[in-house]
Amino acid sequence: MTGRLALGLAAILLLAFLLSPESFAPLLRPLTRNGAPPVYTQTSLLSLTFSHLGMVAGAVLAASVLAVGFGVLVTRPFGRDFLPLARTVASVGQTFPPVAVLALAVPVMGFGTGPTLLALFLYGLLPIFENTLAGLTNLPPQVIEAARGMGMTPAQRLWRVELPLALPVILSGVRLSAVIALSTATIGSTVAARTLGEVIIAGLLSSNTAFVVQGGIVVGILALLIHAGFRWIEGRAAGWTRARS
Amino acid sequence: MNPAVVGTRPGVSRPGLLFAALGLAGLAQPFVQFRANRIVAGEGLSLPDALGPWGWAVAAALTGALAMAIPVRRPAPAGLVLALAGLLGVILFAGAAAGALVPEGDRIARVSLGAGFWLLLAAFALALADALSRLALRPAWRWALLAGAVVAGALILGTGLMDDLSVMREYAARRDTFWREAQRHLMLAFGSLGAALAVGLPLGILVHEAPRLRGAVLGVLNVVQTIPSLALFGIMIPLFGWIAASVPGAAAAGIAGIGAFPALVALFLYSLLPVVSNLLAGLAGVPPGVREAAAGLGMTRAQTLAQVMIPLTLPVLLAAVRIVLVQNIGLAVIAGLIGGGGFGSFVFQGLNQTAMDLVLLGALPTIALALVSGIALDLALEGIDPRKVRA
Repeated sequence: MTGRLALGLAAILLLAFLLSPESFAPLLRPLTRNGAPPVYTQTSLLSLTFSHLGMVAGAVLAASVLAVGFGVLVTRPFGRDFLPLARTVASVGQTFPPVAVLALAVPVMGFGTGPTLLALFLYGLLPIFENTLAGLTNLPPQVIEAARGMGMTPAQRLWRVELPLALPVILSGVRLSAVIALSTATIGSTVAARTLGEVIIAGLLSSNTAFVVQGGIVVGILALLIHAGFRWIEGRAAGWTRARS
Repeated sequence: MNPAVVGTRPGVSRPGLLFAALGLAGLAQPFVQFRANRIVAGEGLSLPDALGPWGWAVAAALTGALAMAIPVRRPAPAGLVLALAGLLGVILFAGAAAGALVPEGDRIARVSLGAGFWLLLAAFALALADALSRLALRPAWRWALLAGAVVAGALILGTGLMDDLSVMREYAARRDTFWREAQRHLMLAFGSLGAALAVGLPLGILVHEAPRLRGAVLGVLNVVQTIPSLALFGIMIPLFGWIAASVPGAAAAGIAGIGAFPALVALFLYSLLPVVSNLLAGLAGVPPGVREAAAGLGMTRAQTLAQVMIPLTLPVLLAAVRIVLVQNIGLAVIAGLIGGGGFGSFVFQGLNQTAMDLVLLGALPTIALALVSGIALDLALEGIDPRKVRA
């Protein structure tokens, strides 16, 4: 309960800061030196936040569609040959550091939003894919047998039984991807993507602690809100699954 | 009903087709990029362009190896040998192509790896992963393969076979810095792991003994884990700068707002959650009967914990070490952005100068380090807890 309250307060604080950063200037001024500006104004913080979140949402959405699609494919009879390979790739691939993936996307795509989106997308695939596999291969066999016995076609079994039952596990993969993507997108500003990392980096370069703190707090609160939001949806999804089965 | 047979055309392996298609696409792409100096635009060269008549022979051999991946009845050990040979071949031919292209004594010409090289490497690496997951070798064999791969890598780099590639040129230009940053990177990753174990284990035991603390401690650690790395690393700098300046004796104790210290603390904070939550899960998983038996033997609570419970949680703790180490090797790259050193300093220097070979000089060792430690710890985990073996 206290956690939820704190999160609500943090959300209100975040909204207030993004809508009117200037009114927080007195709070941030003690962190600056030699009359440096206390609030980042090169780009509007609100537009940086939108661009940051847009990038994360786009990459995670695309990764979810593709990863769940692949996960379904390799668990059907048609793609069963790929299952052992898929398992290995999903687990070994995740040992690749996200920052290295970001750095390696630059030679392929140049600087800007492109490489960041590519890195977020590629790295986002694996947790979702791994969880989709776990969700679809650990279903209780009696349930599948029952669905078969009711005369459901393979497509009906997939849509009405397997995917709904695997949904909570798949969603926790999506949450993992979203939190990692939010963090990697912050570093994306080093390759000239427009994200909130810009504020932190500007602060580090000019030794302006106020920039570092405001950038860090905005990204931090966003991460906590996304994490909590997904947890809530996962809880609801698990509830539906129980209610339906 | 055998799922492996349903819908499969006899004699054709679908993964094999995928590897072959990927590899052939790689052969059609430039294998290396040649530049007369660091500034001019690169020229993509295929294997025959780079190696002359030998190039045709190499391309034909690689095509043959890829085609051999297609038939399904090929015994799996042969697939493993084929994939290893292909991987080794692609790497050695890249070195040979660079050697053939760069005139003797020329220090200006640059040969970097092209899209074709990476596609071929990916094709054989996937074939290797497929063969390994089908074979389900005994751990001793897999340890031997891992050690063999590390030794082979060291030999190939050490004998100078790759020295004409531009990544190795970048290395040669800053050999001393490279090893210093490598040491720094290992210190960051392992130092923060050690600190997290030293603090996390007592903390976990405390929370286990006082379950009222559980929600608060895990809640705080969860929040820390969720905060994006750049934000956490960034905030450590002013925080410790302030502590060093205003707390008497702090600076003398090594606390500083610059250098590796803030990065080390950030990595340590990220590592605490896996250690504490895995320890708690491990302790909760000890069957009550075991605890009662220990009490029946006259052991005190502390003795039970130290001599019975902790040893039983070893597999779960090793799993935490695996998570933390792989995560920290990757996250330590961010230290390069805040002046903390490590391989990240090459990555971000390279990004600033748009010198991609310098980026590779930082990124490739980091990836290799993360891969080797991840695989080694997975193997160790299977060794002490056979239930964890993948089906």
